[in-house]
Amino acid sequence: MTDTTASPGTGTVSAEENRARIRKGLARRHRQEAIFRGMGVAAIAAALGFVAILFGMIIFKGAPAFWQATLTAEVYFDPEVIESDPRPVQQEGQSPADYRAELLRWERAVTLSNWNAVVADSIRKLAPDMELERKDALELVTSSVRYKLRDMFVENPDLLGQTVSVSMLGSANTDVWLKGNIDRSLADDRQQLSAATRELADRLAEEGVIRSAFAWHIFTNVDSRSAPASAGLAGAFVGSLYMMLVVIALAVPIGVASAVYLEEFAPKNRLTDLIEVNINNLAAVPSIVFGLLGAAVFINYFKLPLSAPLVGGMVLTLMTLPTIIIATRSSLRAVPPSLRQAALGLGASQTQTVFHHVLPLTFPGILTATIIGVAQALGETAPLLLIGMNAFVANVPATPMDQATALPVQIYLWQGNENRNFFEARTSAAIMVLLGLMIMLNALAIFLRTRLEKRQ
Amino acid sequence: MKFASYASAAVLLVAGALVATGAQAQSRDTIQIAGSSTVLPFASIVAEEFGNAFPEYNTPVVGSGGSSGGLRQFCEGVGESTIDIANASRRIRASEIEACAEAGVKDIREIRIGYDGIVFAADASKADFALEPVHVYKAIAAEVPVDGEMVANPYTNWNEIDASLPDQAISLAIPASNHGTREVFEEKVVLPGCEEAGLPEMDEDAMEASCLTFRQDVVVEIAGDYTETLARLQSNADTIGVFGLSFYDQNRDTLKVATVSGVTPSLETVASGEYPVSRPLFFYVKGEHIGVIPGIEDYVAFFLSDAIAGNGGTLEDAGMIPAPDAEREAVMAAFDEGKAIMASDL
Repeated sequence: MTDTTASPGTGTVSAEENRARIRKGLARRHRQEAIFRGMGVAAIAAALGFVAILFGMIIFKGAPAFWQATLTAEVYFDPEVIESDPRPVQQEGQSPADYRAELLRWERAVTLSNWNAVVADSIRKLAPDMELERKDALELVTSSVRYKLRDMFVENPDLLGQTVSVSMLGSANTDVWLKGNIDRSLADDRQQLSAATRELADRLAEEGVIRSAFAWHIFTNVDSRSAPASAGLAGAFVGSLYMMLVVIALAVPIGVASAVYLEEFAPKNRLTDLIEVNINNLAAVPSIVFGLLGAAVFINYFKLPLSAPLVGGMVLTLMTLPTIIIATRSSLRAVPPSLRQAALGLGASQTQTVFHHVLPLTFPGILTATIIGVAQALGETAPLLLIGMNAFVANVPATPMDQATALPVQIYLWQGNENRNFFEARTSAAIMVLLGLMIMLNALAIFLRTRLEKRQ
Repeated sequence: MKFASYASAAVLLVAGALVATGAQAQSRDTIQIAGSSTVLPFASIVAEEFGNAFPEYNTPVVGSGGSSGGLRQFCEGVGESTIDIANASRRIRASEIEACAEAGVKDIREIRIGYDGIVFAADASKADFALEPVHVYKAIAAEVPVDGEMVANPYTNWNEIDASLPDQAISLAIPASNHGTREVFEEKVVLPGCEEAGLPEMDEDAMEASCLTFRQDVVVEIAGDYTETLARLQSNADTIGVFGLSFYDQNRDTLKVATVSGVTPSLETVASGEYPVSRPLFFYVKGEHIGVIPGIEDYVAFFLSDAIAGNGGTLEDAGMIPAPDAEREAVMAAFDEGKAIMASDL
């Protein structure tokens, strides 16, 4: 350009030269742009590819675990096997406590009956010509079937001497065998099921007695070691739910209050700078450190119980707080200063300005931060291992003070279960449930944000 | 604005309620157990059956953390935030009894529940191994005797140690020191092997230290549970892993077990004492918690009952080797008498 203006005499030549140069340069710039775009698309494709492979693998492995071998058998409540006095009835003048004690005694006596014999008999009847050993027959179904029958009987003692058809869950090893998750050509001594049970399972599957049914119990049962086939996520789910309630109840008020104070009221000086730097640092602290802190402070010093969702929730609150504080502060900063000045100019106090005019505008931001923080906390495992939440818990916690596990910890526990053939798929199924919850939480965050932003 | 104040009021209420429940919760009514990952499957099964058989108690909660980790938690003191029972795949140490006593835990009841075998297993696709303790020692020691002198371990393949072993690179995955299995592995395999190898004259402590110094290049110490060892085997098929018999039993389709001193490990050979690498399994009960946390006595009695820990009981099906009836009865009697274990008993 400078050439043309500097020497007007050679105008035509240099203009052509210029155009050629520009054209050349243009081609190069276009090429650069195309390369950059191409790289961007490749990066996204690679990222999506990894996600697709990850999800694909998990779904491929985990989806079959939602269907499990189930069979229906006729169960005869044999009065000769089930030794039971009639169920106690509350006598007149008997205190409720005495009655409960008597009922417990009766239940214990019922439990001590040989329920395995009842189960084995009903299995034998499915294939009368096979003359199965009791052990071989029992291997077919999960060991919790006997408690299912006991519970049916406790509920309704009139079943004694009757025959009812009961749906039973196949044992973990039966399920593994029928799904082909163990090499079917292996010799007897390397199989988990006996030859007789394998034959029985194959035959019943062929006859349609054993069918593949949706395993609702994954959502309704608690974890189980003695009957792995019936292991479910209910306990871990409720544990996670309690923790998230604790996190929301503690992290949101504390986080929002600190953010509002720091942003709107605090004087800008060394001290607040220091606090700000520390909050940002806190966001980068590895979660395991919070676990150690929780174990030392909440459990050893405050003597709060081990494995309790309350403690887990408090530890995760520490982890979630910086996220919420930082996000709330940035959404407060995004509110135009003219709004504050107008409110102050019309005579509103600082507090009124913040609470009537500024804070309502930041709701979408706070909400998003909260949900993302909670989703992060939901998937956190490391700190929970240090406060005893990696335990085998076979109860659904009734309160946040009861022992519980959490969903990610349950995945970790199933991953370590010694029955690999069965629990590999179960682990992936649990991951699917956890991912599903995360996706739902994130979708909720997006939905609420767009809705609230529209309303404003 | 109205929404905001209602919301914050509600949140504060919930927070207050949570703190209140925290302050109120005085009595834990669930037995809390932690410790050995070898005992964990057995203890979990018993806990579950216990919860089913005793409707008045909650199902005990069973955590892991290894024998040492469990006993450390156990010895943290007396009170509801400490565990009631520690599972261990080795006996408690005198130092641990002292640590317990210092923290106020003086009434430790020892319950021996049965036995477990420790097996060496390789990937199922690999050749058969017939190991002797001395082979294992020569494979993992940092220094081995060659012609009466200690030299840095020269062996890279098993057949260099003994011609009967397959031509396969040496690689071992052994439990880390937080596991009770490690102690048994050292005492029942490495030390006898070391003795057999015939180290040059030196004083006893130096000898033991030399025997138990492992090379770092081919030995991986696994701090996690047996699935981690299994994963090692899957990533490097040459690796030989150290497992509990019950874990091997559940994964026979992918693992091949090695014989030790010519004996194949099984429930029978461990029970009869033929298989050399076995160890008793324990749990330790905090006497101070008996009567405070409901159900501990019933749990112990239930655990040791014939139907659970006896011959043909639930735990034998799960892979534990039952103790003879007389031994279990003696353990139960000692527990009922309230006999606490002292450092002098060890």
